[in-house]
Amino acid sequence: MSGFTTLLARDLRLVLRRPGDVGVVLAFFVVATVLFPLGIGPETNVLARIAAGVLWCAALFAALLSLERLFAADYEDGTLDLLLLAPWPLELAALAKCLAHWIVTGLPLSLLAPVLGIAFGLDGPSLLALGATLLVGTPTLSLIGGLAAALTLGARKSGALLALLALPLCVPTLIFGAGAIETLAAGDGIVTHVAILAALALVALATTPWAIAAALRQAGE
Amino acid sequence: MVPPLLEVPPVFEVKDLSCRRGGRPVFDRLSFGLGAGELLALTGRNGSGKTSLLRALAGLTPPEAGTISWRGVDVAGDPETWRGRLAWLGHLEGLKGDLTVVENLLIAERLRGGEAGDRLDGALLAFDLTGLAVREVRTLSAGQRRRTALARVVLSQAPLWLLDEPLNALDAPAQAAFRTALQTHLAAGGLAIAATHAELGIEGAQRLDLRGGGLRDEP
Repeated sequence: MSGFTTLLARDLRLVLRRPGDVGVVLAFFVVATVLFPLGIGPETNVLARIAAGVLWCAALFAALLSLERLFAADYEDGTLDLLLLAPWPLELAALAKCLAHWIVTGLPLSLLAPVLGIAFGLDGPSLLALGATLLVGTPTLSLIGGLAAALTLGARKSGALLALLALPLCVPTLIFGAGAIETLAAGDGIVTHVAILAALALVALATTPWAIAAALRQAGE
Repeated sequence: MVPPLLEVPPVFEVKDLSCRRGGRPVFDRLSFGLGAGELLALTGRNGSGKTSLLRALAGLTPPEAGTISWRGVDVAGDPETWRGRLAWLGHLEGLKGDLTVVENLLIAERLRGGEAGDRLDGALLAFDLTGLAVREVRTLSAGQRRRTALARVVLSQAPLWLLDEPLNALDAPAQAAFRTALQTHLAAGGLAIAATHAELGIEGAQRLDLRGGGLRDEP
């Protein structure tokens, strides 16, 4: 088993040992999303119009909730030193950690969002489009969030700093993710939006592991 | 006529190593070498730079100046290979509390690119961890966690051990187990550098007092 798959399997195993950590993230997503129909009222047209934006924002905030601990736990128990001293590229370790984060947050959020979309009165194609855009877009959130988590490692009030760093960088993904549902409602296809989301994910994949590794090395000094 | 003795070059050599932290010099132009089977004990008061030196040797903290070489080759040229030669024990044990002792050891070894295989039982036995093998680390005492971290070092089979206060939290039997493991490592040609406030109790160990800066034999 390579270092990459070992680290990925380790982080997934740690989540299985403490399922409550992921449960809190998903519960936050559900509660934050359901508050909107309760607050705005049963105006189906209004709810359907804001659904994509609300669900995407809630998914982004939920993903950020768990990012603060992405590297902090390793930093605090000394296992980050072992990763820094592993005889394989730290960039791959950064990628494995972000992939594990996506599997336990981005993936379930993408599957859960269409179910919650029903409460907003979204039709079938919109629900499918919502799930698809989140599936393609949430890896970018994990990668950008991972970078923010590495940059704020060891800092006081790192949670607030992390949000301040990550949220602006996630705006393009948010715009094209939420925009896809509006485009669909206007009768157009979402292929362009999904392609742009995929391109954003690829750019994040090609750049953030190096930046995360550099930030982790700096934190380890 | 007696032929001149050949001078054996050190396996591990540090030349003119300098380090600054927060603008303050921690150590300046430090030089020493270690041959196969040798142990260097780093001593000095709190804040004298023992941990900083260990971290610089490992490559965790970039030195301000100087070179670190292994068998005559500067380790900066191939840091991944260099990291593969190290076993690290820091102030923190580097263990995951939600994983068992065995899981921690197996995962750490795989992260180093190796497989524990049959050596796992020996490492557990060396530090009397067999009965704790399937216990989650968060349920262990500080000494038991330290023993687990030391078992990870033994399991690695790395030629150079870098140890920061290895005797911390260890009771007398565990200290004896550590000394046995260290002597076995040295007898096999391994090297070790340990920052310590306590006597390591290994005969022939060299000592580098970071207040004094010079190498001398451990009394």
